[in-house]
Amino acid sequence: MIASNKAAGGGIAAPFPHLSVEGVTLQYKTKEHLVTACYRVDFNVLKSDRFVLLGPSGCGKSTLLKAIGGYMKPVEGKITLKGKEIGKPGPDRMMVFQEFDQLLPWKTVKQNVTFALTASGRLNAKAADERAMQYIEKVNLGKFADSYPHMLSGGMKARVAIARGMAMEPDILLMDEPFAALDALTRRKMQDELLQLWEGTKFTILFVTHSIPEAVKIGNRILLLTPHPGEVKGELNSNGSDHPDPKTGETLSERIHKLLFADEVEEAVHD
Amino acid sequence: MTDQSLVRPEFIRKTSATKSYGVVEKPLSLPERIYDLNWVRKCFIIVILAAAWQIYASHLNNVLLFPTLSETFQALIEGVRSGGLLKRAWFSLSLLLQGYALGLLFAAILTGVAIGTRIGQDFLETLTSMFNPLPAIALLPLSLLWFGLGNASLIFVLIHSVLWAVALNTHSGFKSVSQTMRMVGRNYGLSGISYIAKILIPAAFPSILTGLKIGWAFAWRTLIAAELVFGVSSGSGGLGWYIYEKKNQLEIPGVFAGLLSVIVIGLLVENLIFRAVEARTVRKWGMQS
Repeated sequence: MIASNKAAGGGIAAPFPHLSVEGVTLQYKTKEHLVTACYRVDFNVLKSDRFVLLGPSGCGKSTLLKAIGGYMKPVEGKITLKGKEIGKPGPDRMMVFQEFDQLLPWKTVKQNVTFALTASGRLNAKAADERAMQYIEKVNLGKFADSYPHMLSGGMKARVAIARGMAMEPDILLMDEPFAALDALTRRKMQDELLQLWEGTKFTILFVTHSIPEAVKIGNRILLLTPHPGEVKGELNSNGSDHPDPKTGETLSERIHKLLFADEVEEAVHD
Repeated sequence: MTDQSLVRPEFIRKTSATKSYGVVEKPLSLPERIYDLNWVRKCFIIVILAAAWQIYASHLNNVLLFPTLSETFQALIEGVRSGGLLKRAWFSLSLLLQGYALGLLFAAILTGVAIGTRIGQDFLETLTSMFNPLPAIALLPLSLLWFGLGNASLIFVLIHSVLWAVALNTHSGFKSVSQTMRMVGRNYGLSGISYIAKILIPAAFPSILTGLKIGWAFAWRTLIAAELVFGVSSGSGGLGWYIYEKKNQLEIPGVFAGLLSVIVIGLLVENLIFRAVEARTVRKWGMQS
């Protein structure tokens, strides 16, 4: 069902899914409770997908991303990347976080990118330098290569984090609400830039967000999750523009909104 | 409907070209820039304090109770010229450095173990809460019993004074490293020693530096106090012993000269060494203003 629905957006019919999540249940312990973050979630990400996990807070989407990153183990089900089961964190799955402190403050922009490459043993110092500069140029930060993170604005920090993730040329780039801490204007700009970057290299993205407009804009495939615990509600295609459907007259975001909040009081949706 | 006359007209302006601004950036005046220098302000405070000392002491006019600054300086120069004071200072410093280095080594081992295992963390927390409040000098009698009248017992006491302050600060620094930064480090596939060295230590560096400074001050105080109590060993004593000797000979300017050297060494280490380290690390990284 999932594969046959695949349409636009660089959809290459892969023989097997690039990343596959099968019946994954995740639980974590707080001081008082054992919390089930998501329950038997299934989805497949194909190569070059811009796959979005969308849901209100508490649907376990960030926890799911952490599990894919290898930071926690599912209590049931399994996650495989290119056919291999995920064990521990590794540079084949680079993470981009929401927090500004994801950049190492004691390294310059360039060193932050090269450090990722050399620390993981991908490249030697010289090759890492070249690769880093290439990606820093790509995110238009060439002039700031020797600046320290505390001198940069929030949007620039997010760009460095993306450059760092892309420079590693990972199998999949995991983005955990990367633009949520940015102001609305910067956020919109970053979304455009991300899409441009994707046009250039067609890397595989798994993008977590709680904003419907962002999901519609970024994703070519959107997984909807319901909260407490997170369960799959549906999977939709998006072509990036939020035009009304000719048959129903309903836009994609209206459809998503209905699916997610059908039996709930209206919640504030922000851009 | 609103009255037509109340509707404000819209307008769009062309912003002025940069050149037409009067002042965009202007260098500060010389006095402003001088006042901005940290060391200038600090030197100024020191000069005021020195002047107050000189005025009060000459007003008091009692060398046995409170010699003037100039008398103290004379004694200081005398002490340096005869070679005694510098040798004593060096003796104290070399002992201090040995104790400090060993203290840091033990602190590194303890915190390293504490990071790796939960029981190690409990061990460190229990030990620091037991020994940190215990004044190092209180261990001197025991230390003398165990290690005899020699440098070894002084170094033992010094280790005790450095170890807990540094371990406590380093450990709390490690604990306060943000979850995101930890995840970033593990994302690169770092683990074990390289994870500690490349992520945790630089991320916790502000706290570690505070620990180093506190440890240094504790060690310096402990050493001078220990020398005062315990005095000479292996033929030559340190600054503490110098102060004690001068007091016994009622050469009070000499006592002041000894104290002044203790202060000056403390100031130099704090303002030259630690400040330079700060400027090259935490300040440059924007982790401390």
